[in-house]
Amino acid sequence: MFSRFKQKFRNWAFRRTVETGTVVLNQRRIYIIPSRQGFGFAFVLFLMLLGDINYNLSLGYVLTFLLTTTAGMTMLHAFRNMAQLEIHAGYVESVFAGEQAKFVFHFNNPGRMDRYQLHLHDDEGNHTVFDLAAQRSTPIEIAIPATRRGWMDSGRLTLYTHFPLGLFYAWTYIHFEVRCLVYPKPAAPQPLPIASAQDGAGKVIAAGDEDFSGLRNYVAGDAMPRIAWKALAREQGLQVKQFSALQGQELWLDWSQLPNIAQERKLELLTRWILDAHAQGLLYGLRLPDIEAAPQNSTAHRADCLRRLALFGTGAT
Amino acid sequence: MKLTQQLIYGLIACILLVSAPHAEHLPLWVSAVCSALLAWRAYLNHSGNPLPARWLLLGITLACVLAIAINFRTLFGREVGVTLLILLAALKLLELRAVRDVTVIVYLSCFIIITNFFYSQSIPTALFMLLTLLVIMATWVHMQTGTLALWPRLRIAGILLLQAIPLSLIIFVLFPRVQGPLWGLPQDAYASSGLSDTMAPGTMSKLSLSDAVAFRVTFNDKVPSRDQLYWRGPVLWDYDGTTWKRGRNATLQRPVLTDASLPVDYTVTLEPHNKPWLFALDMPSKLSIPADLAPDFQLLSRTPVNARTRYSATSLLSYRANLNEPPQQLQRALTLPRGYNPQAIRLAAEWRTRSDNDISLVRTALGYFSQNGFEYTLEPPLLGLNSVDDFLFSSRKGFCEHYAGSFVFLMRAAGIPARVVTGYQGGEFNELGGYFILRQSDAHAWAEVWLQDSGWVRIDPTSVISPARIQSGLNAALPDNAALPFLARSQSPFLLNLRFNLDALTNQWNQWVLGYNTERQFAFLTRLGMEDITWQKLAMNMLAGVALLVGIFTLVMLRRLTLRQNDAVQNAWLKVCRKLEKAGLPRAPHEGAMDYAARVAASRPELSASIHDLASHYTSLRYGGESEKDGVTAFRNAVSAFKL
Repeated sequence: MFSRFKQKFRNWAFRRTVETGTVVLNQRRIYIIPSRQGFGFAFVLFLMLLGDINYNLSLGYVLTFLLTTTAGMTMLHAFRNMAQLEIHAGYVESVFAGEQAKFVFHFNNPGRMDRYQLHLHDDEGNHTVFDLAAQRSTPIEIAIPATRRGWMDSGRLTLYTHFPLGLFYAWTYIHFEVRCLVYPKPAAPQPLPIASAQDGAGKVIAAGDEDFSGLRNYVAGDAMPRIAWKALAREQGLQVKQFSALQGQELWLDWSQLPNIAQERKLELLTRWILDAHAQGLLYGLRLPDIEAAPQNSTAHRADCLRRLALFGTGAT
Repeated sequence: MKLTQQLIYGLIACILLVSAPHAEHLPLWVSAVCSALLAWRAYLNHSGNPLPARWLLLGITLACVLAIAINFRTLFGREVGVTLLILLAALKLLELRAVRDVTVIVYLSCFIIITNFFYSQSIPTALFMLLTLLVIMATWVHMQTGTLALWPRLRIAGILLLQAIPLSLIIFVLFPRVQGPLWGLPQDAYASSGLSDTMAPGTMSKLSLSDAVAFRVTFNDKVPSRDQLYWRGPVLWDYDGTTWKRGRNATLQRPVLTDASLPVDYTVTLEPHNKPWLFALDMPSKLSIPADLAPDFQLLSRTPVNARTRYSATSLLSYRANLNEPPQQLQRALTLPRGYNPQAIRLAAEWRTRSDNDISLVRTALGYFSQNGFEYTLEPPLLGLNSVDDFLFSSRKGFCEHYAGSFVFLMRAAGIPARVVTGYQGGEFNELGGYFILRQSDAHAWAEVWLQDSGWVRIDPTSVISPARIQSGLNAALPDNAALPFLARSQSPFLLNLRFNLDALTNQWNQWVLGYNTERQFAFLTRLGMEDITWQKLAMNMLAGVALLVGIFTLVMLRRLTLRQNDAVQNAWLKVCRKLEKAGLPRAPHEGAMDYAARVAASRPELSASIHDLASHYTSLRYGGESEKDGVTAFRNAVSAFKL
């Protein structure tokens, strides 16, 4: 309950628009408050001061003031540990749902000071810690689990530090216009639908699976049944059987041909097939209710098909 | 943050450093247990074995607490508190499980440092404190940074500490001082040392083994001769056969000096000794701090002296003291315990019959000490029940308490009112600081007798046996092989000089750092030109000073963050770009020098030659690896010459 209010308050107090380009951390962006340990230490200092006054310990005063001023100065050190850092968002690789989306931010430290123990985390508690060397730009990656297909926003991230003594918590929010494309999660491996050629009547012509044409090296995503187990037994490495009937023929992955299952399952199945078909070097096309991609076999085509599946029905592009 | 091996070694070092100074006054078994616990932790850390189980630790803790309770017979009070803290800190190291525990240990070690100041606040203690703080800070930084190597950690800790020193100096000077204590202090709050208000054989000679400073004195103008330097302390009246005690004065009448002359002004800085008496030359007449002058001319502060105290006083060296001593006091000064020392009583009675008056009797007594082979020694033989008889007629070896005690006994037996006075005699002159140092080894006891026309007269029987003790101090009075404290021995001029330098430094430290209280603060700030000092004003000034210094630190610290490389070649090239930009040909962010030059040449053919020259010159200077001064200068000239 309380934490929800706190969250709401923070969102209101620290609202900022989503940023593009390079962000420089200046005093208007960095907030500092004492941490819990900071309050604890203040209490210890208070006890010490009472003791000094009571027992009239001059050297005790010196010690208490030394510790107090050190503690106070760490506020400036905490600020300096973050100040003038330049941050811009980097390219984010697309991932499949269920994997970790890796958001990359480039931190440039223009000054001559090393920066220590910067923590970057999102509101769900995904977390990374790093140091930044002086006069160097360092890419920092924060992995956030991708749960749903479609565009995924990094959300507002918190960058904070407890350096040097943990008495102060200095933080800033960074919310970049950066998103990760999440493809549907591939379904469990399934044989590809039989290659079809349209002969005008919509009839499916069977192609011979048995026309074995040779072996090629295994590529991630190849269907299990096509693995040449005998070749593996002969210690020729992991190889996959290729069939002439499938080669050079067009494979249509057609939404309308799929059995009557939930939409998301259909997308997952299509994703699996696209991966397999691409890995096997087939010419495959994708036909969705609203759009059609002509058969091809290329990385760009694969990405395009997966992107259509990822954004299917979301209205986004 | 992780509990790395390195971090744990750091924590062990912290606990070791903060508890080491306590080893001096902790019971031996506590030091042994602490060392064993730390060694055990270090071994576990080294070998990587798991930490002991909770029940075992709980058992050890309970055993320690029990042992402390038996040893001190209480679980309260300062000593016990310090001992418990140290033991618990060492035990805490053995149950280091979470990050929070590390924080607790760091805070605890900061706190333990302060407990050491109950025992010592000297300059070496302060330096050791700085070293300890550096180690604690470095460990603390380590806790936050994890992987950082030792050297950068120490560097960060050192910077933190160096920045804190001037800031805390400002606060130390200006922080409004509250005169403590805030609450009632336990009995053992202050260590007591020095003279007590009882004297038995052995009391003074034991004190003579200590180098500790009792007080320091600065004379305002004239320094009296050494045989006048009797610093009066507790006056002892009551004798029970073994021990002299202060007793209770039978009158409240103020003491009176008649025919007093030869005033001496001086300032005493008294080390805390947790007893009420203040020391002044015979006889005190004026004092700058509130105190009572007892009927026997003893100066008594109203509270025990538990902080270093400074006072000015005036004494009169020539006087007649209490000519009209009330009879009940004179009666006290004649009382002897029954049944002790029959031989001495017989001797005194015999002197009485032979002497015409009191003065000649005193002379007879002193003559007795000088003629019968008495010896001045720090190691007198043990005396029996009739200690005065044993001393006077058999052993004849003694220290000042033996002489003063037996002399007063003889006087009383002969019917002359007499009392023992304890205090300090002589002192060591520090030429550098221009002051006298009185150490515990200067403790002395002498006698006072009351004569009809003179009042109380000081008689020092020790001066008859060993005039050197009074004239030149203890080391001159004793044989070379006596077990004297190191500082009481005569030394080479170099060592003596060094010692005086150190003591002068210590004196300054005591006056300005340890003795910095409300009065000192006001005096110092007034001298600096501050007027109408109130605590609000102090607080304002303190905050202003701190803010100013922090401002300076901020400027210096943040400067290095934005400092870009000051590259002459780059700057010159940017100047070219700006010129072209004004002419409507801005360089695109992605464009290299040569591409840019090509584009400029294409749209402004008349610039082609010069811009190509500049671009290639720039490229070769910046990327070609040449960096001679001449090349850079030529390039800058070419840039200035470049006109559109």
